[in-house]
Amino acid sequence: MKPGHGEVLLAEGDPRVREDEEKLIEEFRRQLDEGMWAAVPVRNPGSGRREAQMVKHYADIPPDSERVIFFPRASGG
Amino acid sequence: MLLALLALALVTVVLAAPIAYRRAASWRAARERRRPAAAGELDMDLYDPGRERRAEQRARELLRSCVNEEEWGMYRDLGFIRVAGRHARRGLDRDRGARPAYAYLVYPHKPIVAYVPESGQLLSEYCVEFPDLTGTGGRHRLPASDDVLAKWMALTSDEDRVIRRANMHLVGRQLDPARVRRDLWRLAEWERRRGNREQVHHSQR
Repeated sequence: MKPGHGEVLLAEGDPRVREDEEKLIEEFRRQLDEGMWAAVPVRNPGSGRREAQMVKHYADIPPDSERVIFFPRASGG
Repeated sequence: MLLALLALALVTVVLAAPIAYRRAASWRAARERRRPAAAGELDMDLYDPGRERRAEQRARELLRSCVNEEEWGMYRDLGFIRVAGRHARRGLDRDRGARPAYAYLVYPHKPIVAYVPESGQLLSEYCVEFPDLTGTGGRHRLPASDDVLAKWMALTSDEDRVIRRANMHLVGRQLDPARVRRDLWRLAEWERRRGNREQVHHSQR
């Protein structure tokens, strides 16, 4: 999510393919270095409710995730 | 006589040449200064009146793809989303159907309101924003639906962190408490109608 623009596709690829994975890792790190938060929409296995899972490392991303959403970190308004 | 006039004209031209040259040079420099500025403006700030509308449309689709069906319906119909408090949601998960001890109303570009669903008591408002970190200048903000999604993701994934970062106030600093109470009433009505529709839907099966 980019202020002033909304949703912007940063990178896409198959994480099982090494070249794609390197590209995804690089973009993931770049976004976190810029101070963005990363979250993955998931379904709670217990309740079935949808919720988000914050990820701080590429390895934390659930393997079956379709996307990671980066958004500016929250600050007091 | 003619020779004298020619000589006078020649002297005038010679005297005026440096002045004319300086004028021409400064005019050329001013023209050069103006030209790149105009080109830069064209590159950077061509106003696109549809950009924000398209961004909001994409944001709505993204929000819809992330939240529950009930939450999406709530946002579409009422303009806000209710998120159960994390500590309450654990209890809710154990005992489905029970109301959470507290919940939040998430509005676009307005503070998050904490309240008690059981009594309707308003607890506090949390002012939080997601500012532009890219440093590209200007002060843009997220489209309305992206702002709601960012709050939803922050609350459902790490409620404590977003609440710690927010500025907490009593309800009434930015939001009108009467309006929030009216929204709670609208939410209750919306849920009642939705419950009725689901009952009819099940009885028709």
